[in-house]
Amino acid sequence: MAEPVQFIRTFQSDNDPELHRARAAAATVCDPEVPVLTLEDLGVLREVGRGLDGEVVVRLTPTYSGCPAMHTMREDVLLALQSIGLVTARVEMVLSPAWTTDWMSEAGKTKLKEYGIAPPVGLAKSRGLFESESVSCPRCDSTDTSKISEFGSTACKAQWQCRSCKEPFDYFKCL
Amino acid sequence: MSVQQALIDYSLRLADNANVLGHRFCEWSGKGPMLEEDLALSNLGLDLLGQARSFYSYAAELKGDGCTEDDLAFLRDANEYKNLLLVEMPNGDFAVTMLRHLLFSAYYLPFFVALSQSNDKTLAAIAAKAEREMAYHLRHSAEWVIRLGDGTEDSLKRMQDAIMVLWPYTGEMFESDEIDQQLVDAGVAIDPESLREQWHATINEVFQRAGLVEPESVWMQTGGRTGVHTEHLGFMLAEMQFLQRSYPGAEW
Repeated sequence: MAEPVQFIRTFQSDNDPELHRARAAAATVCDPEVPVLTLEDLGVLREVGRGLDGEVVVRLTPTYSGCPAMHTMREDVLLALQSIGLVTARVEMVLSPAWTTDWMSEAGKTKLKEYGIAPPVGLAKSRGLFESESVSCPRCDSTDTSKISEFGSTACKAQWQCRSCKEPFDYFKCL
Repeated sequence: MSVQQALIDYSLRLADNANVLGHRFCEWSGKGPMLEEDLALSNLGLDLLGQARSFYSYAAELKGDGCTEDDLAFLRDANEYKNLLLVEMPNGDFAVTMLRHLLFSAYYLPFFVALSQSNDKTLAAIAAKAEREMAYHLRHSAEWVIRLGDGTEDSLKRMQDAIMVLWPYTGEMFESDEIDQQLVDAGVAIDPESLREQWHATINEVFQRAGLVEPESVWMQTGGRTGVHTEHLGFMLAEMQFLQRSYPGAEW
């Protein structure tokens, strides 16, 4: 992955109406695998700015190295930008700083829970080899839950089950 | 050797390790011992393929001759592959697969932690991302090794047998040559020897909990990093590369 291009101005630093429109369009694109979350909720929308050539550039960061949804997200952002007339805008992937679930918005966590996926618990830290987590059931809020597998239906989720209401559920892994 | 060439080779070794091991995990798809584990094995493979793509893309960029990540993965022959022999070992039974991944991830977790501080910004960024993934890999494989070692008579025997099969392939992880040395001096690469103590402590703790015994000193196999592989890699590449070899330039 090439070094990120330099921005002559960014969405925050300037009242450039086109950048604001671009950011608004990119922010509403949804994660194809967890469609209740927007890219903004998820924290993968990192920056919107103008490159040295004056072109609008939207910067995304991948969640997992091998997340197959990233390609779709990139295409969906390009489509959203094209739909507001920014046909030559670019999407750029940046690896650093590495994405973390700490960047997920509170609104996003609430939406996840309502959707039936337990949101990441606490802040991301390196969990020791034999350290476990305490996850609440998104259905009945019981903390009497157990992990079925560290891995689930997508790279970002683990499988858990509630012992109180018996509901098996996905947990959005804290990373 | 120029620093540039050393960096290309170093990135390719990392890419090949991730690609070959990722492919081994993909071979489990649909054959896992239960549904949850089938998903887990595919997820492990997916993380590794993602890491492989990042390293291949960087190697391609450094080469600057117009080659792509796909060319590097699909158009190089076994003697050009630079992965550790450990990762090309056949999956064997579930015990062999899980032990192989414990041996690998117990090394790669501290490796990525160290590499995330590299002077090379791209390697550091890839490592910072991969480090968190590798922590999951280590926990998962360690839990299985303990469960199987501390399980039935049969699972214990299979786990102990797996150790006898794979242990001779662990020495290669700690080797270094002029490629490593040159980049270690430049603050880019990690001295593999510096990871030995932590790797050994992790393996030791897991083996103790699992009731498994570490072999006494054994002859260590070597060669993968310089392209001298076991017979297993050729068969794997024949399958992995079939499409691009038969239909050059085919795209999804």
